Amino acid sequence: MKIAIASGKGGTGKTTLSTNLASYLSEKETVVLTDVDVEEPNSGLFIKGELVYEEDKFKMVPQWVEDKCTFCGICQKVCNFHAVIQLGKMIMVFPQLCHGCYACSELCPESALPMIPKKMGILRYYKNHQLHFTESRLDIGEEQAVPLIRQTKDYINNTFSEDAIRIYDSPPGTSCPVIEATKDTDFIILVTEPTPFGLHDLQLAVETMKELKKQFGVVINRDGIGNSNVTDYCKAENIPLLAKIPNDRRIAELYSQGKLIYKDIPEFRQELDKIIAYIKTLKINRQA
Amino acid sequence: MKEIVVISGKGGTGKTSLTASFAYLGGKDVIVADCDVDAADMHLLLEPDFEEQEDFYSGELAYIIQDQCIRCGKCLEVCRFGAIKNLFNTYQVDPLACEGCGYCARICPTNAIINKKPVAGKWFISNIKTGSIMVHAKLGIGADNSGKLVAKVKNEAKEIAEDEFKDFVIVDGSPGIGCPVVSSLSGASFVLMVTEPSVSGLHDLKRLYELIKKFGLKAGCIINKSDINQQITDEIETFLKEENILHIANLPYNEDFTKAMTVGQTIIEFSNGNLKKQITSAWEIIKNELK
Amino acid sequence: MKIAFTTKGKEWDSMIDPRFGRTEFFLVYDEEKDELMFYDNREVANDAHGAGPKTAQKLFELKPDVLITGNGPGGNAATVLEKTNIKILTGASEMTAKEAYEAFKNGKLN
Repeated sequence: MKIAIASGKGGTGKTTLSTNLASYLSEKETVVLTDVDVEEPNSGLFIKGELVYEEDKFKMVPQWVEDKCTFCGICQKVCNFHAVIQLGKMIMVFPQLCHGCYACSELCPESALPMIPKKMGILRYYKNHQLHFTESRLDIGEEQAVPLIRQTKDYINNTFSEDAIRIYDSPPGTSCPVIEATKDTDFIILVTEPTPFGLHDLQLAVETMKELKKQFGVVINRDGIGNSNVTDYCKAENIPLLAKIPNDRRIAELYSQGKLIYKDIPEFRQELDKIIAYIKTLKINRQA
Repeated sequence: MKEIVVISGKGGTGKTSLTASFAYLGGKDVIVADCDVDAADMHLLLEPDFEEQEDFYSGELAYIIQDQCIRCGKCLEVCRFGAIKNLFNTYQVDPLACEGCGYCARICPTNAIINKKPVAGKWFISNIKTGSIMVHAKLGIGADNSGKLVAKVKNEAKEIAEDEFKDFVIVDGSPGIGCPVVSSLSGASFVLMVTEPSVSGLHDLKRLYELIKKFGLKAGCIINKSDINQQITDEIETFLKEENILHIANLPYNEDFTKAMTVGQTIIEFSNGNLKKQITSAWEIIKNELK
Repeated sequence: MKIAFTTKGKEWDSMIDPRFGRTEFFLVYDEEKDELMFYDNREVANDAHGAGPKTAQKLFELKPDVLITGNGPGGNAATVLEKTNIKILTGASEMTAKEAYEAFKNGKLN
């Protein structure tokens, strides 16, 4: 079972839910938690574990071989991202802008731009009893999250058994990184707040999930503030409402200290139980 | 004309509520630009009328003209993004996977592939309830949130401000530390960072400030919900001192933020208490800083 | 000496565009020939990605000795410009090209 935890906007409690749900579940079974919010990975602030493995992650980018170059200009012409620039008798490559399409490299008549690996971030795997936690962190200055998310998911698929429950803490928003993070998951939990901002951003996230033809449900965080419009919306749209986490200053305080919530607050734990009960009823329809 | 950019790194710190409050305080003197295009929420507080709107095009997408396709499969071979699918001997492009590199179109022997510029969203110019104007946008699903839409929204706002001799443009900036934030920051007269005293708030604030420093911009900070964790508030204050960042205000945890939003109001309209006073004096400090 | 400006228009009275990578135009003034030319960069300005390096390359091809702009080029563009011998002067954001030229002549830009 692969579950992604996502939200239309940041700051709704995505990381709180991911880390607590994973930790709580791991008291009884093996859980693989992965932070794929590679721009701002924060799950690691809440999960303590022993560092088991660490590896640099690379993407493939072209490298200019001066001796072979005839300055024909094809490389810069074929690069839609302006990652290859010809400056007089010099070819400059901007790895941060490169999408790794290989066009410049393969269309170069002199093979003067072979593809080489370039570091874009780092992956770390921690273990705490039955909880396996992996996070990837994009280097500052790297602009593209998608390749690192893709490689992180490959690592998970190659390292852990299919039997364990997998939870992905996804990036916020509705753009490419979210799509990459939620792709090939079985179920998505959208976390929102019962406010006009929360509803607006939830609607965007729901549209995205529908476009991707995904099964999903909603968890309301900070229930009690705002109004009932999110609940009404879920009812009207037939979206399963999995749990309502109460608004509680103690939760905000524990979160601010980097502590897990469920251990101290039984009301929070009850809501996790509801989510777990729902997940266990899910049928997995694997798509090709 | 001065440009104030409000950013937070991490979501949920109250950035948009504060930006809207400043816009309300500034009234006719302030043009608003909502550059948080991924989760553009400012319109929920400022009652825009969507007077003008325009499609926004970004990036490229491959498109296969089926009549010209000889089904050689070369496009599928070269695509590194798995965006070309062969279903029942018909080659098709998966628009969500296509990154618009254009490689397939270049090598197609029959020129059956063209690059189209897809509509990535819409942008609007609206009259708002402060008596001023707001420029805002809505991004399409799976659209690549490039700096370009942010730049577009910001520039429109600045041009309007110049044409109408307004004192300020206030920008609700994008989250994260990537390309959209860089676009939000460019040209700023003053950067206001809104943070909260949590381990994640502090962590993201530091990452964000690295970026601001790179640009050599003048910055100030508001610590929201400062009483949630006194220890981290102290840590943030120390950080601000060390880096010479103007510490503008500490705001307490206050549910008026949510209550005001729920009725579609800024905090200035909604609250009569201390919070309103504090935000008003924060605005005065910022204005003073820009004199 | 040839002097380039990032501008929002094609004339001496055009405002300086404070952005480098997404500048709408370059104005290039050749002092020896007393000739003012413009270069339309709007197509690059509209590109989603990599406007900085592409614009820097265009500037290189215009072969100016000095560039006058507003904020200064971003990281990628700066990397390209380092490889050229173009001297970069910033801080002309709220001037017209003419005013910026005078400010430059009076040594007021740096």
